[in-house]
Amino acid sequence: MDIIIELITSFIAAAGFGILFNAPRQVLIPCGLVGMSGWILYDALTELAMDAVPATIFAAMLVAVLSQLCAKFYKKPIIVFSVSGIIPLVPGGIAYDAMRHFVENDYYHAVQLSAQVMLLAGGIAMGLVFSEVVNQVARKFSRQH
Amino acid sequence: MTKQVSIAKLCMLAGKIMLKSGAETYRVEDTMNRIAEAYGMEDAQSYATPTGIHFSVDFSEHTNFMRITNRATDLHKIAEVNKVSRSIATGKLEIDEAFTMLECIDHAKLTFPEWMQIIAAAFVSGSFAIMFGGTWPDFIPACIAGSTGFAGMLGANRLVDIRFIAEFIGSVMIGVVAVLFISNGFGASLDRIIIGAVMPLVPGLHITNAVRDLMAGHLVAGVSKGVEALLTAFAIGAGIAVIIGFI
Repeated sequence: MDIIIELITSFIAAAGFGILFNAPRQVLIPCGLVGMSGWILYDALTELAMDAVPATIFAAMLVAVLSQLCAKFYKKPIIVFSVSGIIPLVPGGIAYDAMRHFVENDYYHAVQLSAQVMLLAGGIAMGLVFSEVVNQVARKFSRQH
Repeated sequence: MTKQVSIAKLCMLAGKIMLKSGAETYRVEDTMNRIAEAYGMEDAQSYATPTGIHFSVDFSEHTNFMRITNRATDLHKIAEVNKVSRSIATGKLEIDEAFTMLECIDHAKLTFPEWMQIIAAAFVSGSFAIMFGGTWPDFIPACIAGSTGFAGMLGANRLVDIRFIAEFIGSVMIGVVAVLFISNGFGASLDRIIIGAVMPLVPGLHITNAVRDLMAGHLVAGVSKGVEALLTAFAIGAGIAVIIGFI
């Protein structure tokens, strides 16, 4: 039951962000599906006791690959899909927790949480760039042969 | 000569629309160069930052400059310009034709009207509250707090020129609404409601764009977008902090 709720909420969240960013109407559903897949992978990996940072990297990779496929299929720039797909992975919750601890003068936990936010943001970046690199290498290989 | 001027104008217009709509600068430069190349300008030079574009059709030609003051996110326009530049690259479009198409895109309204964005913000907030470990009683309060905050940000954006102030006001409103709900017995967890409601304001696009620009070697653009994202995050955090400080 939990997984169904996660699927539905993450789909609504990603597709809703498509509306906030004025994505073209016909790609709202693929945007939602991309975001949903990323979040479900992240959720499953953390459930299997994987650390949040590698889980974020893998989920971001999946989002990037799916965005690239969608971009080819729908002939739209990749940013349309990757932006709303990546949103569920953005560490908004932890960033808020960090901020809250700062306000409450609990710097010990605040700095710890901030460092985690930075690592997660870096993980998102790594995941996104990784698929781009693979794509470029593949293109170079296909040109040589 | 007149032909070159209109090529430069066409490229600048394409670049302007893309930057205003929140595209990565490397994509903007790439698009401008492609359009120029399609019309036979082999050595076109372009340099885009989040706040301005430089473009010349050749390195010995004079450089055109354009300033970009306000930016909003509009993925639809980015996709449309992309479509136009694709058909230019395949040689299907004349310069005049392309120019009128781009002008049409430039003047187009947002794909989704503001009321629809506010409704979307409500659903996004509620969903995030659940995704980040909230329970169902948090759903409705998060929806209402999120849509109020987003509407507040849009409204404040019209009154004040400084975007960060608008984001600050939006997050203060989120804090107020969330605290009101909790103190009146609606909702289970203040933290979850606020986290969900804040998500529509979070600078996710800027963070991804900044990273993409940095990795593409556009250091100035990447750093400035990163700082913009950081300032936005700071504005949101400060807005929430003000409310938490009062409790």
